Amino acid sequence: MVSRSSVFAVNSVVNPGQPMNASNSVGIVETKYFTFAQDEPLVLDSGETLGPITLAYETYGRLNANRSNAILISHALSGDAHAAGYHTPDDQDPGWWDDCIGPGKAFDTHKYFVICANVIGGCKGSTGPSSINPKTGKPYGLGFPVVTIGDMVRAQRHLIDFLGIDKLLAIAGGSMGGMQVLQWTVSYPDRVQAALPLATTARHSPMLIAFSEVGRQAIYADPNWNGGDYYDGPRPNAGLAVARMVGHITYLSETSMHQKFGRRLQARERYGYDFSTDFAIEGYLRYKGNRFTERFDANSYLYVTKAMDYFDLSDGQGSLAAAFLNSARITYLVVSFTSDWLYPTYHSKELVSALTAVGADVSFCNLQSTWGHDAFLLEVDTMTNLITNFIGRITSDYHIPLPIAESASDSR
Amino acid sequence: MNDAREIYAGLRADLRAVADLIQPNERVLDLGCGDGTLLRCLMDTRHIIGRGVELSEAGVLACVRQGVTVRQGDLNLELRDYPDKSFDTVILSYTLPYLNDPAFIIKDMLRVGRRAIVSFPNWGYWRSRLSLLLTGRMPRAPIDPQPWDSAPRARPLTVGDFTDLCARHKFRIASQICLQGAQRVPVRFDTNLRATTAIFELH
Repeated sequence: MVSRSSVFAVNSVVNPGQPMNASNSVGIVETKYFTFAQDEPLVLDSGETLGPITLAYETYGRLNANRSNAILISHALSGDAHAAGYHTPDDQDPGWWDDCIGPGKAFDTHKYFVICANVIGGCKGSTGPSSINPKTGKPYGLGFPVVTIGDMVRAQRHLIDFLGIDKLLAIAGGSMGGMQVLQWTVSYPDRVQAALPLATTARHSPMLIAFSEVGRQAIYADPNWNGGDYYDGPRPNAGLAVARMVGHITYLSETSMHQKFGRRLQARERYGYDFSTDFAIEGYLRYKGNRFTERFDANSYLYVTKAMDYFDLSDGQGSLAAAFLNSARITYLVVSFTSDWLYPTYHSKELVSALTAVGADVSFCNLQSTWGHDAFLLEVDTMTNLITNFIGRITSDYHIPLPIAESASDSR
Repeated sequence: MNDAREIYAGLRADLRAVADLIQPNERVLDLGCGDGTLLRCLMDTRHIIGRGVELSEAGVLACVRQGVTVRQGDLNLELRDYPDKSFDTVILSYTLPYLNDPAFIIKDMLRVGRRAIVSFPNWGYWRSRLSLLLTGRMPRAPIDPQPWDSAPRARPLTVGDFTDLCARHKFRIASQICLQGAQRVPVRFDTNLRATTAIFELH
């Protein structure tokens, strides 16, 4: 998924980020690390085991006295634990969902204790293919076991245990984050009060798998990839950049491309009749692709896309509804966007139908937007409204007390 | 409880009449629930468990703002997802003239709910009849009248049409309410002439 800050590099339509000293920013934050499965490794869906496991995570706000106001945010494909605030005073870019996390924002850190953790298989501090394999003293590379969305959630549950939280008030996320939200409600239905799966699906479609595969093939085809063993030498940046370009196309819509780029030329008056960058859209994709290689690991891209491709909650259940049989007591807010052709509205409708069939309390909105899949990050005003009202209702239905402002910090 | 009473008093007359039919703690599904006002009122005054279906984004956002559970979608497609007898009451207020297949929807309402409550504007109202007879112009809806070219596309019906439909499809009419404007008037042989709004409880 596109990070919010990088969108602004090219896109001036959206408001610039809030300065870090703004009253609605969580300010300077720090990534923390939690290591578990040292003695007993985690058994993965594949049957393989993994341990020890480190999760990078950040928290914002305070826990209330009975630890009932925690909200877990799940990130998308290229996201990380840094969901809000800034790491240093001269940091230019806030966390990836800073628009929605902070004092007075959708996930109001005055009221809620917000947690975000990097997924396993990732490359932003949690254990993944670029981590050192303790058995060899070298990076795992392709020796890292293939993980699933279920495994990511299993690892997050250990973190939630460690934080002393019995039941999450809510869990929210878009795209792959939405898959983790759904997986949580199926794997640990008793530990979630409310769920907000946004712009997502209950099973990865063949088209989504196809796009994943094109991205992976671009990485395999880069000679620097070297079967995943490249940590001592040049990195497969060309392949990873192409993978990211394909991704970016799928996050936009034809309308948003028309609006942002049209057929405008990039820094020239007329066609070059050569193969340098003619069009603004080409320049955008090249820029995005190259920037991505500075912050993401190619092997992680393989593992995380594979995890999404395996995601199918109905697998082995007979029907999607059967998967949710034990989740009927969770309150859901499902959101899709009219121009999202990557996770089209009917994916969300299928999910809502299954939840309705088991009698779950499910609200569903299909929001008008021209932004394509990116809309879940960009339609900030509407999302803020929806999320604020929805979580506000859960808070009052279940009498969730606010944290006491002056109490000694309960957060770890 | 004062607040709840005020909300009830502020309801549109036809919605108030529908609300009067709801027992405490019922499970209620409102098809075409708009901004969720009826469900919110029933949640506050009757402690019902409410669910809504609404087509418009504005309506859905308003429902969520009011803390009402709502699904955005076309009730022709959404109703089938609900399990048999999963509600006590399924409400269809003022939406009947806009349905493609009203008998199919009512049948499914009675599958999903123990009973159905259907309200609609009655074009059989005597003023509507007279307006066509005397002016030669199509009668406007007795509720929220608009010229024919700007009114939402609807298939006007009368109380007589509706009771015929019920007889044809064997929907049992358990009770009936007749409104003239905001006033409730007794149900009699000439209801089709006197009602601007008719409300039927079907089993």
